[in-house]
Parts: sequence; structure tokens; C-alpha cells
Amino acid sequence: MIRTVVNGVEHELDVWPGASLLGMLRDDLGLPGSKNACEQGECGSCSVWLDGDLVCACLVPAVQADGAAVRTVESLAADDSLHAVQDAFLRAGAVQCGFCTPGLIVATVDLLEREPDPGDETIREALAGNLCRCTGYQKILEAVHLAAEELS
Amino acid sequence: MSSGATAVREGIGESARRIDGVPKVTGEYAYASDLQIERMLWGVTVRSPHASARILGVDAQAAARSAGVAAVLTAADVPGRKTFGLEFCDQPVLAGDLVRYVGEPIALVAAETLEQARQAAASVVIEYEPLRAVTDMEDALRPDAPRVHDFGNVLRHVHILHGEPETAEADVWIDGYYETAMQDQAALGPEGGLAVPAADGGIDLYVATQWLHVDRQQIAPCLGLPEEKVRITLAGVGGAFGSREDLHVQVHACLLALRTGRAVKISYGREESFHGHVHRHPSRIWTRYGATRDGRLVAADVRLLLDGGAYASSSPAVIANASTFAPGPYEVPNVRVEGTVVYTNNPPCGAMRGFGAPQVCFAHEAAIDQLAAELGIDPIELRLRNAVRTGSVLPTGQVIAGSAPVREVIERCAAMPLPPEEPTSGRDPISYPGGAGNVSRGESLRRGVGFAVGYKNIAYSEGFDDAAEATVTLRPSPDGPVASIRTAAVEYGQGLYTVLAQIVRTELGVEEVAVEPATTGENGSAGSTSASRQTTMSGGAVLGACREIAQALADGPLDEPISRTFTYHHRRTTELDEHGQGDPHVAFAFAAERAVVEVDVDLGLVRVVQVAAVQDAGRVLNPQGATGQVEGGTAMGLGLAVMEEVQLGDGAIRNASFTDYLIPTILDAPPIVTEFVEVPEPDAPLGVKGIGELATVVATPAVVAALRAATGRQLNRAPATPEDLVGLRGPAETAGRAPIPDVPGQKAIPEYLGLGLGQQELMKARE
Repeated sequence: MIRTVVNGVEHELDVWPGASLLGMLRDDLGLPGSKNACEQGECGSCSVWLDGDLVCACLVPAVQADGAAVRTVESLAADDSLHAVQDAFLRAGAVQCGFCTPGLIVATVDLLEREPDPGDETIREALAGNLCRCTGYQKILEAVHLAAEELS
Repeated sequence: MSSGATAVREGIGESARRIDGVPKVTGEYAYASDLQIERMLWGVTVRSPHASARILGVDAQAAARSAGVAAVLTAADVPGRKTFGLEFCDQPVLAGDLVRYVGEPIALVAAETLEQARQAAASVVIEYEPLRAVTDMEDALRPDAPRVHDFGNVLRHVHILHGEPETAEADVWIDGYYETAMQDQAALGPEGGLAVPAADGGIDLYVATQWLHVDRQQIAPCLGLPEEKVRITLAGVGGAFGSREDLHVQVHACLLALRTGRAVKISYGREESFHGHVHRHPSRIWTRYGATRDGRLVAADVRLLLDGGAYASSSPAVIANASTFAPGPYEVPNVRVEGTVVYTNNPPCGAMRGFGAPQVCFAHEAAIDQLAAELGIDPIELRLRNAVRTGSVLPTGQVIAGSAPVREVIERCAAMPLPPEEPTSGRDPISYPGGAGNVSRGESLRRGVGFAVGYKNIAYSEGFDDAAEATVTLRPSPDGPVASIRTAAVEYGQGLYTVLAQIVRTELGVEEVAVEPATTGENGSAGSTSASRQTTMSGGAVLGACREIAQALADGPLDEPISRTFTYHHRRTTELDEHGQGDPHVAFAFAAERAVVEVDVDLGLVRVVQVAAVQDAGRVLNPQGATGQVEGGTAMGLGLAVMEEVQLGDGAIRNASFTDYLIPTILDAPPIVTEFVEVPEPDAPLGVKGIGELATVVATPAVVAALRAATGRQLNRAPATPEDLVGLRGPAETAGRAPIPDVPGQKAIPEYLGLGLGQQELMKARE
């Protein structure tokens, strides 16, 4: 039995010992926004925060969330308004199939919380762990700059 | 002209926001892998570890007794047709007596949890007698090669003879040999689907695919059900790029659901995804071009070999495409092309963005550069002197009837400003080739510039009538009219639904346009979302429906909903005759790219500094979406140029993961400067041309040409690896042209044998 706080809500869960944090979020807590695309921490589609640190949820055992706070993409939008990063991704055209998008948005929010006005090289380094197959990344770079402007 | 009384926002020509955008950024958009339903079982597939083997026995007893297991199925449990296929039914739903590639499905398990299903699958005991495999495409043509299928290893041979290439006289002849690797689509969303048994004995399937109706046409006979009892709804699609044209989980999930009477979900992981979909054909291409001293192409003789893998998939159409485009977008009076696709015991190959065009473009553009060097003519100038135009005769004898602004595409691309030279030291370390690895400080940097032009067909070819149906409904509401679109067309990220909504907004003057979920239910076929065809085809259908509604509105006010269904057909094309002559393609689009690269010539590391892209688009309906297609397509072509290769050993994929199969990251992706040339296609709705594929086609040859310029090396193989770039590995070698197989004619061999037809049958039956 583990106790964890996910997006501000406390949960007590009996999880299978082999489950990943990603599996727990998706299958046990009904939070499918974090995606499963590679299962080995290469693509960043499952990026979430664990006690404030950006992690690939597929690499973290669910039991490690015991006593910890988890924050996912589902925490970002308020009732009827998108987070500035979400809105910037849409305005920039940085979303195509969208499968990588939640992970990239989480990674971008994380970057902008640490570094409010990043240059191209900083953005590239910060998002190097998030694969996107559709966009060629140019509009993702634009989206990060747009979001940085919006948040400044 | 639009019937809208006033200009509406987000209509044609604007960068309208994606209509599926908000759920995609919040995480609510339901992809196939996100589907869940009460009391759902998980399905897992047992796959062959052998490239070629006889199955002596399958013992599923332990698996059936395993905890949580609801069913274990083998070939004997397939109630209907045992095989399926896009073009020919040569692929077993579950292998019964023979396996022909590593990863071929043999058994299925359904259990209460995914982990239970996996454990049970691991306990299925299969006894094999390994057979000699053929895993090299040239070996497959040898008389003593093991036969992948009873009828041999030739899947299709295309012969094109135009003019008199045998006797043509030229001042200069150049010969070349080129190879391209097997590429994976690597869509981020792995294959998945959910099958739900229905009270009427039928099945409701929710799946990520590219063409609902051709899925149904293949699934129903295998299940032994009439088509109307197989109802398919599109689940969210996490990218496709051709990988979802063939069936993956569809029949398997339905079989398990029908057997257990419960909903069954199958969702591949990344490794299984590599085994569970087709790949881009690896190619070997031999070229010979003849030209006059002043740079006029006189003759081209291209030999082309593609590895189709174990089953037909769409290989017959891919080899036709590759063969018809083989000499390049140039006027060449004397042409011979001999294109063969063979069966091997490698994983099946089929559709991937570009569909045969990328392989030949890699070859013809390298050959044109070589010819330019030989002639002492600027390579851009040589291309301009020979580029096709409207009215040009192609190697098939087809006359280009539509727009062909090739010169403008080339000239505008070549005229784009080059990125400024950068210092070789003192830069941000991450800006050096391999910069994230912190291995270089710019000691041995060489810059190179490369150029490529290419072309490709829009929509299906060779007589195929891939019509598209759509229904548009206009309803009165207190806030003014609202519209909805009903279509079976698949949106997989490229922005089709957004563009369809834009067409309705402009045509009917309404701002609020919804697109209903895509199903086989009330909808006729919209054709495949592939071949750069949906903006033309489903765009044409939506446009037609809107214009009929506008006509109805001319007779009176909108008192009650008006609904119109329209089916758009492109102009008819023809098959190839015995010399490969005909009118096989509907229309053509052209593109050029110029790549600037920086190579650390000691380490073999590459940074693509910039790509300049010019795309012939007919008419751009959504500028932001269009540039997104060019940018993403360029990145995929760049991947094949420098890193992407499905590596095979004895027919087994050695790098079935994102750790080992590398696709470009944001560190690899260059700034891309995109321009469009808009010369409307006269025969197409709104003058459009599809834009989804061409950037991928031209990016690979442009980047590798730039690498040649930077390193001075021959680099006749894509991808060009660090070993190639530093000279640890020489150019790909050949012992000579592949032989021309003895075949009865231009058609795919299975067609002569009466093997059940796939999608061709569907379309012919509905003519």
C-alpha cells in the first residue's frame, strides 16, 4: 500500500510491485495524459514531476511515489483556461499528432520555471530528452519562446 | 466563389488553429493506447524468433492454465480467411505451418492484466524446424535461393522502356551505385486498439489506423463476419507515416474479443511496434546517365531492387512508384528502368512517407551531382536545363498535364540566403557537431552545401479509383448557422480535419464547424490518409458537399438542417502496358531543398546548420500547417541521411528500441526556412497539391550531398554514418547490376496466381 499525492489529491493505492509510476498514473489513477511511447526513458513522453523533479515516469517504480508528490500534465490547465505553455504550443503550431505534446509541455514548464528567458541552445539542451516525430522541432522552439514572452 | 456573405475567420488561407488542439495539449485526447473499458482483457501476441522455420507444434496448455488467462488462440482458431493483406492476401493472421520473418505472430493470449497475459505468452511452447532463410535481396534472386513463398521470391518487376536507350549517343556517361537503409516510421504512438463484442455477434473496434474501410474489408473475412457486423471507429492516432496502412492489432483483438465475449485491448510497446508494422524498403540502385557536353540529358538506365520482406503489403505499388520516378524530374528522351521488389525472410516492408520516391531521389540526385562535376557545369544549372515542365513527357509516356513549376522551385531554393559562416572556436559547446556529448571544440570543422530536387505523385495510381466521400450538414441555431462534417477520413496529426473545417467555413460562411468521430457506420470510404491525397480527395468531397448546400440555400432560407453527401473522384489513370507506358499518375508535386552541414571530419559528427526548403503546393490552405509538414518531413529525411537504420542480423531487428534506433532530437534538427510556390493544379479542388511527403523525399539526398561536399567522400549509402564520414568504411560496393527476373508481365506475381486481392478489389467492386 502506498500513499501519494497526485496533482494535489491524496491517494492510497495497492499497486503491483512491478508497476512503474507511469503505469500507476495511467492504469490505476485514470490519468492517461502522460504517454507511453518507449518504456525506457528515451522519449520523454511520460515526463512528470516527482517532488518537483522532472522524471520519466516509465523509469520510476510506482513504489517510489510513496510519500511523494507527483504532478502531471493534467495539473496545468485551470478549469477553462490553458496554461501559457499549452496555449503557446497551439499558437505556434507545435502540435501535430500530439503524442509527444504532454511530455514536451511538462518539460517546457519545468524549463521556464528554472530559466524564464532561455536562448535557443538552452531550450535545445533542456528538451533533448523529448522526441517528436511530426514537427521537426522548429515550431516547438517557437512555442517555448512564445510561452516565455507570455509568462514574463 | 464562396457563397459566404461575409469573410469568416479561420477560413481557407489562414493559419487556423487545430480543431483537435486543446485536448492534445491538456492530455485528454484519447489515443488508441489510452482506451479503457470495464472488465477489459489485455491481449498479447506470441511472435516468431526465426526468420524461416516450419512450426512443428504449438503447446498452449500451460499458457491456458496460467493465472488470469481467458483465451489462447492459434492459427486453427481463425474462423474465416486465414490470410490478409493490403494488396494480396498472402499474410497469415497467425502463422500455422511456416513462419517467414522474425516477429511474425503465431499465437494470441488474453488475460485479466497485461502482466498475466505477458507471462502466459512466455509459456506458450512452440516447436520449430528452422529452415534456411534468405535475408539478402540479391540472394533472393539467385536460382538456388530458398523460396519465401511457393511461387518464388519475385513479388513484382516493373519494366519501363521509353525512346531508344540502347542506341542513344551521349558525350558523357556516368555510372553510379547507391543504397538506402531500412527506415522505421517511428510514430510516437505505438499500435493499439480495443475490440468490443456486440450483442448481434458482431464487433466494435476502436483502433489507430489510416483507412477504416480497407481495414474492415480485410478484417471481416478473417473473422467470418459480414462487413456490416464489423464496425470501426477511429481512435486517436499518434502519428502514422505509412506504418498504419497495414493491419496490426485489428484482427487479433477482434478474434480474442469474439472468443472470450469480453472487450480486449492490445497495445504494443516500442519493441513490439518495430515488429508489428512495415518499414521503408531498403534499396540498391544502379544508375547510368548519358548527357551531351552542354548538359542535356540524353539517356537514363536505372536498375532498382527493393527488399519487400516476407509479405506483399503495398510493395507492388511502391516499386511502381519508385520505377516511374527513378530517372528524376528531368526530361530524358531515352529511358530504361528495371525495378524489382523481392520477397525475403526480412520483416515486411511497405508504406512510409514518400512511398518509393525517397530511395530513387537519393540515387538520381547523387548521379546528377556527379554528372555536373564531370561536365563542369554548376549542379543547379544542370538541373534547370533538364527539369520537367507542364507538357513534358515522362519515362512512362505520361504527359504532365497539371502544374509543374520545377524551375521556380529550384531557382527560389537556390536563391535563399545562405546562413552566415560561424567561427570555428569560442562557440557555445552545444553548437558543435555532437555538441551535447561535449566531444568537440571545433578543431576539424568543414562546412558543406548540398542540393536536391524531387517529385512524387498525389493520390493512388495505375487505374486505382480511390474516391473519397464526405457529408456536410448545415444547421440553423439561435446564434446563426453551424456546420458539421462527417467523414471516415483519418486524421493522424497532419491537420486534415482543420483544413476540412477551413473549407467549410469559407464555402458556407459559418465559423462553427465540428468534425464528427470517424467511423465506418454511416460513412462511405474516404480512402487512405496517405499518398499526399486527403487534402485533394476529402477536401474535394467536402467542397462538393458545401457547394450543393450553397445551391440549396439559393432556393430558400435555412429553416431546417441541410445535409449533402458528396463523393470526389480524381481523374482516371491507367495501368502500365508491357513497356511501362501509360498514364499512371493523377498529378505531381515537386520540391527542392538545400542543406548546409558542418562536419567534424576527425570524429565523423554532423550538425545540419540549416535547410532551405521550397515546396510546390498548388495552393496553401493553412500556412502554419503546411510549414509544419515541410519541417517535420525534412527532419524525417534528415534522419535517414545521418542516423536512421533498422539493423538486421539473420533477419532479426537488432535495434528495436529508441535507445538503439535513433531519430532526430531537437539537438539534431536544424532551422528550416520554408517557402511555397503556388501554381494551382488545374484539375484539383481549390488547386491544391498534397504536401505531406516531399520534404522527406528531398531532405535525405540534400543532406548527404552536403556531407559529400564537406568531406570529399563518395557517400553512396544512406544513412552516412560516422564511420563513412571519417573513412573507416568505404563506399557501398556492388558486384554488378542485379539480374532482371523472368516474369509474365508488369503486374505483381500474386495477381497472376489469383491470390485474393486486397484494396484493389474493394475499389473495383464499388465502381
